[in-house]
Amino acid sequence: MTAVAKQHDNCPVEIQFRDQRLFVDPRGSLFWPEERLLVISDLHLEKGSSFAAHRGVFLPPYDTHTTLEALALCITDWQPVRVVSLGDSFHDESASTRLPQSCKLRLRQLMENRDWIWVSGNHDPKPPEDIGGTFCSELQIGALNFIHEPRTIYRDGEIAGHLHPCAKIRRRGKTVRRRCFVADDKRMILPAFGAFTGGLNVRNEAFDGLFENHLLRAWMLSGAEVYAVNGKALVR
Amino acid sequence: MSQQVLTSTGDENLPFFLPDVFETWFSKNGWQPRAHQLELLAHTQAGQSTLLIAPTGAGKTLAGFLPSLVELTQTPKPKPGEARRGIHTLYISPLKALAVDIKRNLEKPIDEMALPIEVETRTGDTPVSRRQRQKLNPPQILLTTPEQLALLIANKDASRFFEHLDTVILDELHSLVISKRGHLLSLGLSRLRTFRPELKTIGLSATVADPDELRRWLVPQCPTDEIALSQFVHLQGGAKPEISILKSNERIPWSGHSARYAMPEVYEAIKKHQTTLLFVNTRSQAEMLFQELWNINEDTLPIALHHGSLDVAQRRRVEEAMQRNALRAIVATSTLDLGIDWGDVDLVVHVGAPKGASRLAQRIGRSNHRIDEPSKAILVPANRFEVMECQAALDANYYGAQDTPPLVEGSLDVLAQHVLGSACAGPFSAENLYQEVVSSAPYATLNREMFNKIVQYVATGGYSLKTYEQYAKIKENADGTWRLSHPSFAQRYRMNCGTIIEAPMLDVRLTRKRGKTSAFRGGPVLGKIEEWFVESLVPGDTFIFSGQTLRLEAIQEASCYVSKASESDPKIPSYMGGKFPLSTYLADQVRGMLADPEKWKNLPPQVGEWLEIQKLKSILPARDELLVETFPRGDRHYLICYPFEGRLAHQTLGMLLTRRLERVKARPLGFVATDYAIAVWGLRDFSKMMQNGELSVDQLFDEDMLGDDLETWLDESFLLKRTFRNCATIAGLIERRFPGKEKTGRQMTVSSDLIYDVLRSHEPDHILLQATRIDAAHGLLDIRRLGEMLSRTRSRIVHKALDQISPLAVPVMLEIGKESVVGEAQESLLQEAASELVDIE
Repeated sequence: MTAVAKQHDNCPVEIQFRDQRLFVDPRGSLFWPEERLLVISDLHLEKGSSFAAHRGVFLPPYDTHTTLEALALCITDWQPVRVVSLGDSFHDESASTRLPQSCKLRLRQLMENRDWIWVSGNHDPKPPEDIGGTFCSELQIGALNFIHEPRTIYRDGEIAGHLHPCAKIRRRGKTVRRRCFVADDKRMILPAFGAFTGGLNVRNEAFDGLFENHLLRAWMLSGAEVYAVNGKALVR
Repeated sequence: MSQQVLTSTGDENLPFFLPDVFETWFSKNGWQPRAHQLELLAHTQAGQSTLLIAPTGAGKTLAGFLPSLVELTQTPKPKPGEARRGIHTLYISPLKALAVDIKRNLEKPIDEMALPIEVETRTGDTPVSRRQRQKLNPPQILLTTPEQLALLIANKDASRFFEHLDTVILDELHSLVISKRGHLLSLGLSRLRTFRPELKTIGLSATVADPDELRRWLVPQCPTDEIALSQFVHLQGGAKPEISILKSNERIPWSGHSARYAMPEVYEAIKKHQTTLLFVNTRSQAEMLFQELWNINEDTLPIALHHGSLDVAQRRRVEEAMQRNALRAIVATSTLDLGIDWGDVDLVVHVGAPKGASRLAQRIGRSNHRIDEPSKAILVPANRFEVMECQAALDANYYGAQDTPPLVEGSLDVLAQHVLGSACAGPFSAENLYQEVVSSAPYATLNREMFNKIVQYVATGGYSLKTYEQYAKIKENADGTWRLSHPSFAQRYRMNCGTIIEAPMLDVRLTRKRGKTSAFRGGPVLGKIEEWFVESLVPGDTFIFSGQTLRLEAIQEASCYVSKASESDPKIPSYMGGKFPLSTYLADQVRGMLADPEKWKNLPPQVGEWLEIQKLKSILPARDELLVETFPRGDRHYLICYPFEGRLAHQTLGMLLTRRLERVKARPLGFVATDYAIAVWGLRDFSKMMQNGELSVDQLFDEDMLGDDLETWLDESFLLKRTFRNCATIAGLIERRFPGKEKTGRQMTVSSDLIYDVLRSHEPDHILLQATRIDAAHGLLDIRRLGEMLSRTRSRIVHKALDQISPLAVPVMLEIGKESVVGEAQESLLQEAASELVDIE
């Protein structure tokens, strides 16, 4: 079972952002060793059951479980004292009430003995019910500013989510598309962490004006690897 | 009036009834009713369902409708105030265009005999107002498609709408039954039989390998009884077509699919005939051939292009010009395959490999609509293996051999769609629906347990974790029947109904703007092109479409903007291989040809010489053997094998061989597969490994590779993911993408790949994964055929270690570099892109 073996060889890469040393985890999380802080974005917990409840589309009801297990691996690896979930943690306002009991217990277990901060997102403007943790609309820690939706006005050290960035490269007539972290010298946007979350190409209009194009760079996530790719190589 | 007994193809003496007005009409036109037309009339009048197999030009359509026309003439007109009688005859064809064409052909006899019969079409193009009116005030004869039937029976009023239905005519049945559309249709047919147990069916078909499969299809099956068959009228095919292989003085290439070498000779053939139909296997070949012909069209003959991606208006213009006999030649893909009337074609040219003997016969049949004159066809092989394939198809034609593939069992995703459709029509009892479903031939062997699983799947997704009970789409009533839990699901069903999953397409729009203007707008639409293809281009790249060289300017929303380019060497769509693999029959014939030097006399001398040298330098395998060659070349080592089982099965085999070679540490690097052969290359000396016992061909090709190896590979295979996406869409797990609605953002939808991954790790036996594996076995992975090959060649593998490349290996070796292995290649592309970053810094 090569697939399993690969997961154990998870190969994070170290990067510099706003003079801070950060680690990009191929699973889609960001670790800040100085603060022992782990960031994930757009978990979209209970997205599967949301489709069932609102549209009669019965996606496999295992997405929350899958997402939490991936998060558990990150927490085991990095042992953070603080976890920031950067908004859209729950797919809709009633998602936290739909959490299966087993998932609720698992989540509480992950939250135990560490600070847990839910940053609000457009999908979850209110704090989750009966889950715990701190709730806020944005958060400043040292040089970095954590918020769900990137601001239109440029702000130094902003770490955001919301857009689910994906990068695409083209070589010899073939294209490869992957979830990615994307940043210039001032701002960084995290990929969506949730199991059922799709992606939006960083060349989409939604990203217009967010980055200095010539400084743009993406960290593409593929299996256990992270590939740092120059913005110039990214295509629509 | 004629009331007589006739003996023709059948053994029985059959009474039939033909009113005077028809007799008169026939003789006025200088015709006589043909024996097969009368025989079909007799069977139908006796209340029996019948299959009619007849060649093109035999008056098949008239034969199919004659019983209905006769009966409707006899039915008295309703008196004023009396309720109208509703639909009497339902005609179903695979193509919208065919329904329109048939209406035109039917109106002629109806008008000329002044029969009181209304004929109307109902397709996806029919305006809503007319569809509404048809429901209230239906015509006696309705011409439609399988999808429209599915929609009609999913309606609350379906049983009333069909209460007078008497006959269903299924046209081009041979092409309907092989697809999921056929499965959907068979379930619809069973429903119609529930409404009308006395329903008669008439199947019209081209010649197939096993007519009994179609005869079963036409009548209800009963699981406990013997197989039921319809009546059968078989008109043996008129004059045999005159087929030849193009005798070229040019050198026939080793590989490739363009047949560029033969263009001057093809052009000469066009000049010598009135109207020539040129068939190719893919759209890109059509574009290329069209371009090549115009490059040498010194006499500026009117030569046109027709394929499914072109704009409808443009296609209609070509079709119309064709009917007026205003064209000298038309280059076409399979869009013209089915029985539309095409003016006076006197020559068919088939460029590229025919892929199947029956397929070729059906295509050639198109050329000639007069049954007693032979059709004339020329085959133009594009490379040397295709020469052999063409020769095999030509021989098959001579012997009348048929190689249509055996039918597969009804697919589960289609059944899921049907179950939901049934609930949309009203509450159903699971037992009754099950009995109805197994009465249709494709589902005759479906067991009750599987059926129940499908019902559960439709209700709540069929997961072992029962979290969706409260949202169930269908719910069980106290009396045990199932009902739709909310009317909005019926509306969603109507939007997602059908089995055709098209690759996302973009409009191709012509613009005059060039370069970095931001706003592209409007411009005439030239047609549609696959999104994946456009995505592989960058602005400024050129390609051929609609017979012109175009330059990509921009992709915006659902359109790609192009300008006219003058470049002489456009980047053309890459050849993706035909949709159809080489038929098992033709493959066997080619193997036989290879093994028997006597047969080389019929081949062009250069091909014969090629095989002679192969015999000298390596081995020519016997018909039942599998040849494996190993040799070094450059700094690599190659292993070539020649199973002739088609590209799909070869791709699967290539994947599995690579895995096995990896395991014995032979360090394979990649492989390439064609319809005929597979080449694997690696870093270690395969020949030496075989010599010292590290590697054995028998073990390498052991059937057990279809066990664990296959399972492990499947887990990661993109082909299986693609199959899953189709199944999940048909079964309603993924909603279809609608043009215009995609703008809302891709991040909001759930990709089928993500669903697949989650489902596979949590519930590997889920019904949709089962459906996916069944599909893959005869679809994109062709595992069934691979298994048959491995068991056939067991201990009949001959290995030859060579110092250098063999003549037979040249074609597949030339394909290397044109295609690469998908999985690993993606990682290496990413590594490349990442290393460039380092260079920049």
